[in-house]
Amino acid sequence: MLQTPLHHKHIELHAKMAEYAGFDMPISYSNIIEEHLAVRHHVGVFDVSHMGEILIEGKDAFAFASFLVTNKIDPDKVTYALLLNEQGYPLDDLLVYVMKEDQILLVVNAGNALKDYAWIEKQAKSFDVSTRNISDRFSQLAIQGPKASACINDIVKSHVTDLIFMTFKVVPYADKYVIVSRTGYTGEDGFEVYCHNEHADQLWDDTIKAGATPCGLGARDTLRFQSVLPLYGHEISEMINPFEARLSFALDVDHDFIGKEALLNMKDQNTSILVGLELLEKNVPRQGYAVYHDDMWIGWVTTGYLLPETEKPLALAMIKKEYSKFGTELTIQIRKKHVPCVVRNRKFYQKNYER
Amino acid sequence: MIVKSLRYSESHEWLKEEGNEAYIGITDYAQETLGAIVFVDLPSVGDTFLQGDVFGAVESVKAASDIYLPVSGTIVEINQRLTDQPELLNDDPFGSWIVKIELSNPDELEALLNSDAYEALTK
Repeated sequence: MLQTPLHHKHIELHAKMAEYAGFDMPISYSNIIEEHLAVRHHVGVFDVSHMGEILIEGKDAFAFASFLVTNKIDPDKVTYALLLNEQGYPLDDLLVYVMKEDQILLVVNAGNALKDYAWIEKQAKSFDVSTRNISDRFSQLAIQGPKASACINDIVKSHVTDLIFMTFKVVPYADKYVIVSRTGYTGEDGFEVYCHNEHADQLWDDTIKAGATPCGLGARDTLRFQSVLPLYGHEISEMINPFEARLSFALDVDHDFIGKEALLNMKDQNTSILVGLELLEKNVPRQGYAVYHDDMWIGWVTTGYLLPETEKPLALAMIKKEYSKFGTELTIQIRKKHVPCVVRNRKFYQKNYER
Repeated sequence: MIVKSLRYSESHEWLKEEGNEAYIGITDYAQETLGAIVFVDLPSVGDTFLQGDVFGAVESVKAASDIYLPVSGTIVEINQRLTDQPELLNDDPFGSWIVKIELSNPDELEALLNSDAYEALTK
């Protein structure tokens, strides 16, 4: 199994470890609930060095990146976008950083990094660019929570708390540089810091010293779910079209990109849609559980949890459109029981971004 | 942690005999492995199960784990406290029984593990 450069830190902290995207990753250090609440009320740090980083360099870097991804790339911001195949289905979702005019960084899901890189290399042939998969040279820490600003001020000497949500800076750290990005995957204010592998230990230690609680992938998932941030393999996949997944906010059809034509053709043709569900009795909905209207199967749960500080079990589900009206009574099959639930909005949590 | 006087299953349930009845719970090892427990799916009084049947589930934030009846029996009581306080299984696994059953085949008890054998299994 692959390891991040911080693997030994997780072992020292006796984290519960498990395989994720080919990496041996920390799921939790104390317990998921405490870590979830640390991020909601204080500050937590996640080792997300498993994430993939792909660099596009050369004269056509910007034009090529624009052609690859669905959203309009804003050179002054971090851009969230999808990477589509020619059929208009997502190969991945990613973040785009314009480092320089001729240098673009794509941050992709760990489990898709090799697939994405092979795809990007193939598409690059008619552009004046070079591509590099630099995933195994860079580490990433996500420092998240209402106290993240105070925490980052103890870690880097430069002024970074003037960054607004979805912007970044490159600042000195140790004898090199780090990217400090006001982004995250928790619904709280926070930063994602990218560093060279050789500085990962120091950055981790500095972050813990600055008061952040180590948090594992368990809490990362409950936090992103509660904030209704989609996850590849759950709400996003090569089987779910971007309209079904309600990803229109990441689509800019005013520019040319791979899969655009197919995408436009499937607009308004989707028969399913992502909805929020609220269970009417206590239980735990989980990915893959079937959703029924009376006796008819109408879809499946993409993610579900019974979360701390919320009494009601919640789920995201992909269901047939005709049943997606708020208040529609459905059931989720949990083991042998059909547990009643209703369709609701997807505002499970009020996000606290620094805008 | 382990309790000497109990019997154990390989699937990490404990059993405490009381005449023709028995209390069933999950072990400290099981709760430790599961992490923070948020929900216990309990059977109904009167439900009958065979040895090894799934009689409910214990759910942590992250995962659902089936729980298996170590011996055949009929549910005579369920621990209602677990409905509102599932975390009791984390805090005091050997003090928090999940169901009480009436044994339908007490001979099956002999096949369960004693505390030494169970302890060896979890090493």
